[in-house]
Amino acid sequence: MDFDPSDEQRLLKESVDRLVADHYGFDDRRRYQAGPGGFSEAMWARYAELGLLGLPFAEADGGFGGGPVETAIVMEAFGRGLVLEPYLATVVLAGGLLRHAADAGQKAGLVPEIAAGRLRLAFGYAEPQSRYDLFDVETRAERVEGGWRISGRKGLVLHGDSADAVIVTARTAGDRRDRAGIGLFLVRADAPGLTRQGYPTQDGLRAAELVLDGVRVGGEALIGDPGGALPVVERVADEAVAALCAEAVGCFDEMNAITLDYLKTRQQFGTTIGSFQVLQHRAVDMFVELEQSRSMALYAGMMADDEDPQERARAVSAAKVQIGKSARAIGREAIQLHGGVGMTMEHRIGHYFKRVTMLDLLLGDVGHHLARLAALDGLVREQA
Amino acid sequence: MDLRFTDDELAFRDEVRAFCRTALPAGIRDKLVAGGSPSKDDMVRWTRILADRGWAVPHWPVEHGGTGWSPIKQYIFTEELAQTPAPAPLAFGVNMVGPVIYTFGSEAQKRRFLPRIVRLDDWWCQGFSEPGAGSDLASLRTRAVRDGEFYVVNGQKTWTTLAQHADWIFCLVRTDPAAKKQAGISFLLIDMRSPGITVRPIQTIDGGHEVNEVFLDEVRVPVENRVGEENRGWDYAKFLLGNERVTIARVGVSKERIRRIKALAAQQSVGGVRLLDRQDFREKLAAVEVELKALEMTQLRVLANEAKRETGKQDPASSILKIKGSEIQQATSELLLEVVGPYALPYQPREELDGRNEPPIGPDWASTIAPSYFNLRKVSIYGGSNEIQRSIIAKAILGL
Ligand SMILES: Cc1cc2nc3c(=O)[nH]c(=O)nc-3n(C[C@H](O)[C@H](O)[C@H](O)COP(=O)(O)OP(=O)(O)OC[C@H]3O[C@@H](n4cnc5c(N)ncnc54)[C@H](O)[C@@H]3O)c2cc1C
Repeated sequence: MDFDPSDEQRLLKESVDRLVADHYGFDDRRRYQAGPGGFSEAMWARYAELGLLGLPFAEADGGFGGGPVETAIVMEAFGRGLVLEPYLATVVLAGGLLRHAADAGQKAGLVPEIAAGRLRLAFGYAEPQSRYDLFDVETRAERVEGGWRISGRKGLVLHGDSADAVIVTARTAGDRRDRAGIGLFLVRADAPGLTRQGYPTQDGLRAAELVLDGVRVGGEALIGDPGGALPVVERVADEAVAALCAEAVGCFDEMNAITLDYLKTRQQFGTTIGSFQVLQHRAVDMFVELEQSRSMALYAGMMADDEDPQERARAVSAAKVQIGKSARAIGREAIQLHGGVGMTMEHRIGHYFKRVTMLDLLLGDVGHHLARLAALDGLVREQA
Repeated sequence: MDLRFTDDELAFRDEVRAFCRTALPAGIRDKLVAGGSPSKDDMVRWTRILADRGWAVPHWPVEHGGTGWSPIKQYIFTEELAQTPAPAPLAFGVNMVGPVIYTFGSEAQKRRFLPRIVRLDDWWCQGFSEPGAGSDLASLRTRAVRDGEFYVVNGQKTWTTLAQHADWIFCLVRTDPAAKKQAGISFLLIDMRSPGITVRPIQTIDGGHEVNEVFLDEVRVPVENRVGEENRGWDYAKFLLGNERVTIARVGVSKERIRRIKALAAQQSVGGVRLLDRQDFREKLAAVEVELKALEMTQLRVLANEAKRETGKQDPASSILKIKGSEIQQATSELLLEVVGPYALPYQPREELDGRNEPPIGPDWASTIAPSYFNLRKVSIYGGSNEIQRSIIAKAILGL
């Protein structure tokens, strides 16, 4: 076992941390948010320059051959800065689908564009009725002359309003909650029949509702097996959950630092409030949550590319449960220990609180992942 | 001992319930059911409906408009309002400054202010907290210097709830900087239209505007607007803060929320099963209901004891009500978040929804759920934070 990062990983961490520290102050973020798409094109270009947008793709496909550990390094730094750009949507989610399911021609066409910062993608996996079930797909794709015709609705598509193209799950066979019969299709933003309604999310990022009304795509839009995409979707979702766990750790780390700083400076009753033992213990509890979360985020990162889907699912769900619970605990304390100022938009802490609360609702909340883990018989099982 | 309500109390409850059902305008009720807050107009309208029925200030002395109800009946009334759900009367006038005025104020103050509180002709706000004086309220620095028949007030108040609607603010100000902390404070009633007052909005994390900063720059306040004696303001403030026994636990509010959770969980399907039919969810909900019942019984015990207490002396047990009441409100908002699930994500402020033709994103009841989860973090902070409440119990009850 080796918990130490390699030299390359350390370099990556240093450069991403510095990028965020230099360019993601509270006011910078507010400015980026007001821009078109709700994020910064300039930052996106910087990510491309640094090689972050091509990070997880194979070198042969035009990427840099990084794995979950590298993705986690980036996501943790992004958590610390509450980064707004569609990295998860483009690189982790849609990029993951391309890595695991696209053919060589598709990758050759898309990956270099992504890596260069010229193409942003999103992934429509949820529908208004599906909640957290990735297999609950009503959207239908019918085979027609020269390709496919897709109709249905996709909901909560992260950064779906600014993406140049969206990969959607659509049913080529079977009923709404069947595991088989699901395919993946790349739909260009300007495809006739596609309507997107974009909106801000509680945490200051963006998402969209999509309506596909007889959208026609060519045969090349199909990514992978037309009826057997679910295992890929689940795998990519697990990778994304591992990435979100790393992002959450970045948020927690910053929340704790901000709160500690406040405890050491805020004066009441003639002394710093951090001198009250009851608040010291609360800060300790926050620290314990952070460390437990960090451990589980590392564990999820390590297991995210496990070839055994069940082992992967157990680890990732376990980590998401830990993160979700820590998000509640750290969020609650961080606001409480700030008193009134914690309740305001003008202070940074509330923005972290909102992001980590929403992280729990992305790709399955605590209840969802506990149920998934329990159905897989938990983590401690009969010895082989 | 009989822990059940008497027949008389039950009949009273039915009477209040029937009244609230018919008298509350449907638009106001719908707004509250959806998790929204009443507007100023809603508050004024509802308060006047209550005033016409003689129920705007039940706990006040009868001579000033009170009803003479027992504490238990006052409690029943408050809970029925909350469960309707109807807006609670504006606390700053009805529960805070009103009782201070009728207990410590001059005859002229009583005549001038009390009737206008009853009908919400005057909207009051509370100017206690300052940037440097929150939990340590007695360290407040806003100064009032006597100049003939006036005080000249300089300083800053903050977290002033709904000051944007206010006609009057009651303030704690320092009149004797030489005296020790609590001793040099006076209680002033200040007209919000006075020259030198500036209100700056503070946006809360849910996107709402309910708190403000209030700046006082050379504000001239007639000496006749001081309540009671100079430098005795701290006593009146303690009286005011201790007066919240009946409403502090918000049992009715939480009951209404739990009913709402059940109604919404019956509409949501999780893993192909109604959320309300899932054992794990039902157990979680039941656990909160147990906490709430315990709180309700504790609340009733505190109220029953009230008759035996010296007036104006706070029962330190009411700190239990504040702690558990706020925790339960937060727990119900967390359960609601779980019910709505991923569709808590879209940010759709109410004003935008009202002015829009397109349907809302997700279920039409979803948009207030995450904001109210965020917003309810406040209930363990304001009115004496839960840490301060624990310190009160430690000192005053446990003798630590
Ligand atoms: C939404 C909202 C509405 C409000 N409305 C009003 C209003 O209308 N009028 C008004 O006057 N005020 C109002 N307040 C202010 C409120 O009363 C204060 O926020 C509260 O008293 C806490 O003060 P503070 O915010 O300065 O926090 P601080 O006192 O700085 O406290 C910060 C943290 O330290 C803890 N702490 C402080 N001292 C101790 C101690 N001795 N031991 C242990 N822990 C301690 C606190 O519990 C808290 O967790 C409102 C506040 C909010 C959030």
